[in-house]
Amino acid sequence: MDAFFLQILNGLDKGGAYALIALGLTIIFGTLGVVNFAHGALFMMGAFCAVTVKALLGLESVREDPTQMTAWGTPVEIREPYVETWFGDFGTFLLDFSVPVSILVALPIMLFIGIAMERGLIRYFYKRPHAEQILVTFGLAIVLQEIVKSIFGANPIPQPAPDVARGMIDFGVSIGFDAGNVVYPAWRLIYFLFSLAVIGAVFAFLQFTTFGMVVRAGMADRETVGLLGIDIDRRFTIVFGIAAVVAGLAGAMYTPILSPDYHMGMDFLVLSFVVVVVGGMGSLGGAVAAGFLLGVLQSFASMNEVKAILPGIDQIIIYLIAVVILLVRPRGLMGRKGVMEH
Amino acid sequence: MKQLFSLERKDVILLVCFTAAVFAGPILMKPLGAGYPDLLQKFAIFGIFALGFNILFGLTGYLSFGHAAFLGVGSYTAVWTFKLLSMNPVPAIIFATVIGGLFSAVIGFISLRRTGIYFSILTLAFAQMSYNLAYSVLTPITNGETGLQLNQADPRVLDIAFGRDYGAVLPSSDLFGIDMTGWPGFYFCATMLIICFFIALRIFRSPFGMMLRAIKSNQNRMMYTGFNTRPYALAAFVISGMYAGLAGGLMAVTDPLAGAERMQWTASGEVVLMTILGGAGTLLGPVIGAGAIKYFENIFSAYNDGILQEAFSFLPEGLQHVFVSVSSLFVGEGWHLTLGALFMLIVIFLPGGLMEGIRRIQVLISNRFGSGGGGADAKSNPAPAE
Repeated sequence: MDAFFLQILNGLDKGGAYALIALGLTIIFGTLGVVNFAHGALFMMGAFCAVTVKALLGLESVREDPTQMTAWGTPVEIREPYVETWFGDFGTFLLDFSVPVSILVALPIMLFIGIAMERGLIRYFYKRPHAEQILVTFGLAIVLQEIVKSIFGANPIPQPAPDVARGMIDFGVSIGFDAGNVVYPAWRLIYFLFSLAVIGAVFAFLQFTTFGMVVRAGMADRETVGLLGIDIDRRFTIVFGIAAVVAGLAGAMYTPILSPDYHMGMDFLVLSFVVVVVGGMGSLGGAVAAGFLLGVLQSFASMNEVKAILPGIDQIIIYLIAVVILLVRPRGLMGRKGVMEH
Repeated sequence: MKQLFSLERKDVILLVCFTAAVFAGPILMKPLGAGYPDLLQKFAIFGIFALGFNILFGLTGYLSFGHAAFLGVGSYTAVWTFKLLSMNPVPAIIFATVIGGLFSAVIGFISLRRTGIYFSILTLAFAQMSYNLAYSVLTPITNGETGLQLNQADPRVLDIAFGRDYGAVLPSSDLFGIDMTGWPGFYFCATMLIICFFIALRIFRSPFGMMLRAIKSNQNRMMYTGFNTRPYALAAFVISGMYAGLAGGLMAVTDPLAGAERMQWTASGEVVLMTILGGAGTLLGPVIGAGAIKYFENIFSAYNDGILQEAFSFLPEGLQHVFVSVSSLFVGEGWHLTLGALFMLIVIFLPGGLMEGIRRIQVLISNRFGSGGGGADAKSNPAPAE
């Protein structure tokens, strides 16, 4: 039972990342009607926001202490990060919490990148065929990825979680298992909760604000909303920005779980597209549900007991499910009629 | 039979010109610095791959993101044929084509139930599945990360039966005694390319090709008229899968080694790019696109800072530094950046590819210099240049 429970937990943090990326993809697709193959690159850029923040916070002043000598007879170098010099304890705190802090930085940057991308490129492709949308965003993804590679190099750059969240939580005790049975890394739980919070925020935004109402109306019938005198294009630009922010935050917070490298976006993108298709093109709820579902199923498939029966199933489970779903329920789990059916 | 090989006059000219250009490739490409067999082989092989992809994408409009899987399957099949039967490339490429076709029939049968982006993602899913399996469970067949290689202890039943013994050296493939490395290898691939081009030409001009074009322009109308479009689309898919299998087989012929990285979805993206760059739906376009990409890949990735410094040495010191550091982003390791940027530029400004560009220039010239006659000709014949 607790092994079962542990596998569900294992799937949830990865599922959270899938759900966040798929949510952004679905929003963009539902509003703008654009298939964005560069969304994985946005996820990756969010992760590299975290890398940059840590690098900037970690800038050090180096001075030599002539009173102490190293074993080689040179003076000991004392390195002290500037933030600690300037802010004292708060600086230490900042350094430790560089990943959560990077969210604050990633938010405006990703919003800017998203809006710039929509205004600069995507809006010229609304009327073009889907094949061309796929191709141009695919090209953009390669470009973004290679730029990041040329700046940060090709190797993964590990990002530590804050000290507090680095340990394990004996999660089972609080829900009635014996101590030591369900022990789980704290950061992964935090990531799961974080993804729930972001998903909740996006849904609340769409459901309870006037802006969100207009966007939902635009998703249902773009032309009528335009006829009512609402500048739907401008709203959709901001929606694209929001989708970019969601992907970016997902990436920034994921860095302690998976050290970011330049092609992490592509790896996640393929899976996220499968998630969107399984959930149903254009259905926000479907994307989130399918994200968590596939994350959990993937972690079940990587259990040794399952692998003993079906070797290699952990590698292909997601694709296999996508194939089955698409053949049995062509619109995905919660797809709406009339979306992408020509 | 006569019907099968009959061609219109301009098609005969096209085919003859194409054949001449391919066989003269070593001489034509020499001034461009590409006159050596390894690179020209690549042109031919990827030309075949793109030609086949174009039969699916260019004619029916189905965008497959999983064609690299068929290429990989072809390579594995060819290497296994080398290992088990004979080092002769003929059985190897026959098997590679057939197995590629069978594999694509299975995948196509399922994927073609959906259209549009769903189709793209289904093919992508299948290709990723094959790639992951090749790396993990199928290691006994694919030899995992190391890649499938020849071995001295391979059975090679046919070779033994015909009394060919390679002794203690690791054999390379040979066509009845002609070693398939270097120039003979290129001419073998080039012959294949020309045969493939001829078949593609026939398909383009046939009622079947017309049917495929009709699927692209309006599938619903086709179905209302009473056509069942799926068998046609499936046939196109299988044909392009066989082309991909053949290309994979030829890769193994020129270099008997097969690895799973050939099946990755970036490789599928590459063939899409080749087709788009040359011009999807045109006959010559994909071959030109494939050649252009492989050529620039070869040139660009060979550049390094030293060569760049020389190239910009006519500039003042400071300016030279700036130019070198900017352009070094795009060459060598950064070749993929150029590729991505090129991809975007082509899709944005020239969705019809190079062939479309050539046609536009032709129209422009004939409008400007021809006294109306050339212009009227271009108008009365709006079919894309081929």
